[in-house]
Amino acid sequence: MRIVVGEGSCGIASGAKKTQTEIERLLAASNLDVKTNVTGCVGTCFLEPIVDIYDDDNKLYRYVRVQPKMVEEIISEHIIGNKPVEKYLIAGEDASFITKQTKIVLRNCGIINPEDIEEYIAIGGYESTKKVLKDLSQDEVINEVKKSGLGGRGGAGFPTWFKWNAAKINKGPEKYIVCNADEGDPGAFMDRSVLEGDPHAVLEGMIIGGFAMGATEGIIYCRAEYPLAIKRLEIALKQAREKGYLGKNIFGSGIDFDIRIKAGAGAFVCGEETALIASLEGERGMPRLKPPFPAQKGYWQEPTNINNVETYANISWIFEHGGDEYAKYGVEGSRGTKVFALAGKIKHGGLVEVPMGCTLRDVIFDIAGGIKNDKEFKGVQMGGPSGGCIPAELIDTPITYKTITETGAIIGSGGMVVMDEDTCMVDMARFFLDFTRKESCGKCTYCRVGTKRMLEILERITQGEGKDGDIELLLELAEKIKAGSMCGLGQTAPNPVLTTIKYFRNEYEDHIYKKKCTARTCKALITYTINDNCTGCTLCTRSCPTDAITGTLKGQHTINQDLCIQCGRCEEVCNFNAIIRE
Amino acid sequence: MEEKCLQGQFKELDPILDKYAKVPGSLITILQQAQEIYGYLSIDAINYISAITDIRVAKIYGVATFYTQFRLEPIGENLIMLCQGTACHVNGSESIEEAVCEYLGIQDGETTEDNFFTINNVACLGCCSLAPVMMIKTADGDETYGNLTKVSVVKILKEIKSRA
Repeated sequence: MRIVVGEGSCGIASGAKKTQTEIERLLAASNLDVKTNVTGCVGTCFLEPIVDIYDDDNKLYRYVRVQPKMVEEIISEHIIGNKPVEKYLIAGEDASFITKQTKIVLRNCGIINPEDIEEYIAIGGYESTKKVLKDLSQDEVINEVKKSGLGGRGGAGFPTWFKWNAAKINKGPEKYIVCNADEGDPGAFMDRSVLEGDPHAVLEGMIIGGFAMGATEGIIYCRAEYPLAIKRLEIALKQAREKGYLGKNIFGSGIDFDIRIKAGAGAFVCGEETALIASLEGERGMPRLKPPFPAQKGYWQEPTNINNVETYANISWIFEHGGDEYAKYGVEGSRGTKVFALAGKIKHGGLVEVPMGCTLRDVIFDIAGGIKNDKEFKGVQMGGPSGGCIPAELIDTPITYKTITETGAIIGSGGMVVMDEDTCMVDMARFFLDFTRKESCGKCTYCRVGTKRMLEILERITQGEGKDGDIELLLELAEKIKAGSMCGLGQTAPNPVLTTIKYFRNEYEDHIYKKKCTARTCKALITYTINDNCTGCTLCTRSCPTDAITGTLKGQHTINQDLCIQCGRCEEVCNFNAIIRE
Repeated sequence: MEEKCLQGQFKELDPILDKYAKVPGSLITILQQAQEIYGYLSIDAINYISAITDIRVAKIYGVATFYTQFRLEPIGENLIMLCQGTACHVNGSESIEEAVCEYLGIQDGETTEDNFFTINNVACLGCCSLAPVMMIKTADGDETYGNLTKVSVVKILKEIKSRA
């Protein structure tokens, strides 16, 4: 029997370390010789902390939301008494969240110990790389990837084989293969999860890609906000070097190839290839014009290939099972699976990997259980600040690069932030513009100044000072910014505004003409009143920071609108649903 | 001359500079490690790095101000990083920020008078399903806290303070 505790960032944040300490304490106290181990994130963040118990036949019993106080019962009943504690085991909707998925990228996340290369090798790890280096030519590798139909998972879905081939064809004394692990989209965390849960799969993808294009060095550009991912990558690199999988004469092939980590320093624009290269060179991360493409002149002016974490994580699977097998998943133009990070007002937040071509409904309702607290589904933001908002009526849209782009959003890196009736769409657009304005590198005037002007208009609207003509002005600015910006950041920055105007124009009009926020989010447009549910308990009076609430003990209370600052504290403390927000 | 004036003041930087000063493209790495040691990048530290690496001060300043990770002001013993990602925003990160600021009596980017806490709004921390989230960097390392409420966030800060 062995016990495995899920310790990705979200598991740890939910208290997995405390649970593990308690398990080890109780095992030691009872003198039990049971092995404990850690693993990465299995993707069901809403069930953390997760404790897996494997019996001697390797049958899995998965305990969820395991708080330290539950550990004693699990150990005495299951470990000592050999009787699983049914009430704590994963069941029903929680279990089908996992079973309804198709896992290729996340195949090992939450199963193996990411800090132990032996566990990765035991399940067939590095076999693909061995096979490639021993038996295949560079062209054969590229061809196999072409057969798989794999597209870049960083956003655009550009054919991976094409980039590899371009980097192979271009000559240079040095060639570089770079892993873009600068997952900057707020609301996306699949790359973090892969790096924390299965770092060797990424390394394998880079070694195979490096071989295909003749790269001399690999670099992983990882966000500094992901300390655990960096730590696990460092361990993985060290272990791979010790095995001879990296360094001189890897796998006895005569090829020298090593990978190093470069920590990013926090700039969203560095997700753009040329900006990322500038950052690798120690410069300000500002994009430059393409061509020349990185495959021609990249890092230190040498041929360079850049792919995203998830793209690399697919590679060893493709060489284990064949490109044709991979292409069986998905649909024409969008092959394979894609991992989506579900967050926001979703019932079951976490990572979902599905074949391309299934619908938004499959992911949001069938797998993730729909909306939290049974509220009404309003829309889903896909593709982060570069993406757009897809409204409820398009819930049956199939997820392919083509169909999602047609809605005005993009698949992007796979973030899905779900919104319910309480989310104000104008405020969402303002939020994203605020983000892109801050992250604009400042090189192109339209992006630098245009996003600021758009933000000012949106701020005005959400503060109840919108004017006739604002919507048209936003649309005009959006077009100009798209046309006048050099890189993807500026070209896509207006998308959240464009899609919210396209699908939720009525909300903009309500804000501007009726001075009303239907989602009751924009502070300047809501009022708080007290109805006759009030029992006069005085709780709200005491919580009000501006003394706007008056009333006697056990008497009806009222709010002085001149003093009220709409902080909402009265609504939070009221136990009788007497505070009305409208 | 700069180098002479500052010599001895930044001896902790010397092993880092020995390793990276002549490696092209290492400026960000040097700045990250310098910040790791001193908590921020002082003008003197930047001058010292410039003198040893021969990279112009203006360029170092340009890089340091481009990336959000770098701070030019000192921070308190514990850094509160409040996530401003989309999922956190949708789940009310603004009210969490208000609660933290009100409790500590400071704003984003500021440090408490006793030098114990600094508040920093940061980009998405990638724990979106636990939104709203914050990470606190203490002497013991980084810890992430999720599913925050106005009440729980204050409780966490009180707990950290009482441990000190």
